[in-house]
Amino acid sequence: MRDTIKKIIQDNRPDIDDIENTAFIDDGMLDSFDIVTLVSEFDKAFNISIDGADITPENFNTLDNMVNLVKKNGAK
Amino acid sequence: MRLSFQGKKISGILTVVPKNEINFEDEIDNYNFTKKQCMKLKLVMGYDKKRIAPYGVCSSDLCEYGMNYLFDNNLLKREEIDALIMVTQSPDYFMPATSNILHGKLGLKEDIICFDISQGCCGFLIGLIQAFMLLDQPEIKKVALLNADVISPKVSKRDRNSAPLLGDGASITIVEKSDNNEKIYADIKFDGKNAMCLNIPAGGFRMPSTPETAMEKEDEAGNFRALDHLVMKGDDVFNFVLNKVPNQIEELLKSLNLTKNDIDYFICHQPNKFMLQKLADKLGVSYDKLPNNIVENFGNASGVTIPTNICYNLKNTDKKLKLLLSGFGVGLTWASMVLDLEPLKFIDIIEF
Repeated sequence: MRDTIKKIIQDNRPDIDDIENTAFIDDGMLDSFDIVTLVSEFDKAFNISIDGADITPENFNTLDNMVNLVKKNGAK
Repeated sequence: MRLSFQGKKISGILTVVPKNEINFEDEIDNYNFTKKQCMKLKLVMGYDKKRIAPYGVCSSDLCEYGMNYLFDNNLLKREEIDALIMVTQSPDYFMPATSNILHGKLGLKEDIICFDISQGCCGFLIGLIQAFMLLDQPEIKKVALLNADVISPKVSKRDRNSAPLLGDGASITIVEKSDNNEKIYADIKFDGKNAMCLNIPAGGFRMPSTPETAMEKEDEAGNFRALDHLVMKGDDVFNFVLNKVPNQIEELLKSLNLTKNDIDYFICHQPNKFMLQKLADKLGVSYDKLPNNIVENFGNASGVTIPTNICYNLKNTDKKLKLLLSGFGVGLTWASMVLDLEPLKFIDIIEF
């Protein structure tokens, strides 16, 4: 799961070098359009629908947060 | 606030869209996106085609055109109209009201009530509620509800939050008394503390337009916008919709002892494709019961999207449908309504 998420981030933002250690929101790397695109691709990759209430900047700040987010929304 | 009505019905809907169609891909150089991002957002957000009125065309022009179409095709008679409600955020003038202008242009009778309502995304439901209340008067038998917005002149072409989505359009909905005593139920809520989530800062009396307010400046996300332009705090609006609207719909249905299976279609305002898919998922409603194809075909013309949704998706239905209508946005305002839609005298989309 973690690798899939990493690959999706890499594919969308090839300019981000250190995905494991970047604070995407705090460092201003991701904006709301990136988040929308990531949600759409996570939904597709894991066959889930991330709850709209969970689409908050903090849930996209780190790779760990994104892993927790997709787990919380039912990804196996 | 819970509201209910009886003995009223929608008898016809006509949407008027400008002929001028703009394609998202022709405008992507305006936005601070890579080509790859653009193509992904096209799929996810529904950025595709939108209808934009020619320079100088105002909301009343689209309405006048549509009303004359109805008169000319014997679908409506001038003298039948006892009330005219104009719902718009883009009036022709500060004064007089656009409804008065239309009254004159259309040659309507003096014995009538006409007024404007300033509402946007929830404007169809607000207008319907007002029409139903007017129909409680014995003298008022037929109401012309006009929803129209030509907001494109107030949207920066370099604002990727708004420009790819917003379109222009108008709709005419005829609401009248009915022998059918089926009740119509609605719930409406307001949150004025967040009124500025969607706003046009300059151009009113608070901040009149000046050469300075017309100057475009770059925001932190790379959008270029002037104070004369519409500002949408997209994240706040998204969170508002996903937090408030599903609960309102669930509670309204529960209070009426209805399940989602009892509803034939969920006809919602369409701000963008992503938001509506999330709304459908949250409600547990299949995508075919919650049509989501207006933004990509016409753009989001605020209060016009719900009637356009009905005309575009339900035109070929010849049986009575139980609909849940839901509008949400500027204000912040959100409303949902359960009503039966009988086969209409007219249901169509025409080009201006």
